[in-house]
Amino acid sequence: MNPVNYLYLAALLFTIGATGVLIRRNAIVVFMCIELMLNACNLAFVAFSRMHGNLDGQIIAFFTMVVAAAEVVVGLAIIVSLFRSRHSASVDDASLMKL
Amino acid sequence: MTEQLAAYSTSTGEAVQFWVLGTIAVIGALCTVFMRRAVHSALCLAGTMIVLAVFYLANGAYFLGIVQIVVYTGAIMMLFLFVVMLVGVTAADSLKETIKGQRWLALLCGLGFGTLLITGIGHASLGEFNGIGQANANGNVEGIASLIFTRYVFAFEITGILLITAAVGAMVLTHRERTERARTQRELAEQRVREGKYLPPLPAPGVYARHNAVDIAGLLPDGTPSELTVSKTLRERGQIRDVSQEALNDLRALEQRAEERLERTAVEPTFKSAYERSEEASK
Repeated sequence: MNPVNYLYLAALLFTIGATGVLIRRNAIVVFMCIELMLNACNLAFVAFSRMHGNLDGQIIAFFTMVVAAAEVVVGLAIIVSLFRSRHSASVDDASLMKL
Repeated sequence: MTEQLAAYSTSTGEAVQFWVLGTIAVIGALCTVFMRRAVHSALCLAGTMIVLAVFYLANGAYFLGIVQIVVYTGAIMMLFLFVVMLVGVTAADSLKETIKGQRWLALLCGLGFGTLLITGIGHASLGEFNGIGQANANGNVEGIASLIFTRYVFAFEITGILLITAAVGAMVLTHRERTERARTQRELAEQRVREGKYLPPLPAPGVYARHNAVDIAGLLPDGTPSELTVSKTLRERGQIRDVSQEALNDLRALEQRAEERLERTAVEPTFKSAYERSEEASK
């Protein structure tokens, strides 16, 4: 098997995640699709790291994970406060920035 | 030529693993997008992430594989599940389209984007394939540590600042200041009297001594069951058990037998009349 297949898999997962962001309207599911895209990028980074034979790709993937963790914390807090004020987690209802 | 090919491909075991687990990962991702309930989406995404962790391990990224399981499936997905529970598990997405044809356009966009990405990878010259063996020679964790604390030390410090900011931000966003004073017990009692609600404690459930279960309504003196005696939750769920006539008859037979054994002749009039009246009411 050619290790480039990992890149194809990453591209496929990224595409599925991007489509999910466009299709779904539940804010939590949209957020999960973003996580899926981040994970696909990480897989691509790890595969590149193996192809080039150095660890820089893995370090970038590690930083991506940290940033994703921070993003999830803030994003979910936003969703919870939106839900408190509007009693819905649909992105359609949050058309105004103010609560 | 064969040497180049050998350097270019991986072992058969890894190929089998890739095709089996890759299929599972793609199915999990599709389920994440197309499942109607957020809980199912979250569980499918957790499965995909575990598969990706296995891929990291197969690619020689041992540290990242473990971090993926601990941080992503362990912390982030559980956080997602917590929020799904807060927001409401039963809330399924509505299928009504707000923008006409948005779903098909989105699918079309996704398809185009995917084709673009995959043909791009197909045309790229990815001739170089060194393998991670040499970089991992001194251990994967040691290699990553030595890079993080030398070349990437600034990025590492900035990541720390980012994490602190995120923690503070989450606290600020979810903290809610109390705007009005909490009412005291006395005020609540006075309000209840003013509104003319039921003031004394609610009557206890259960029918005589045999049925003191909470889901059976207590009987009023005239033998009719009182809805008020059953907890509001059970009433709304419709889980009140009927006071069946059979149970009442059983009870009466039991009491008669007890009376015979005790050689009592006179039956207490209140009991008797209650039974008779309940029978009349049921007829």
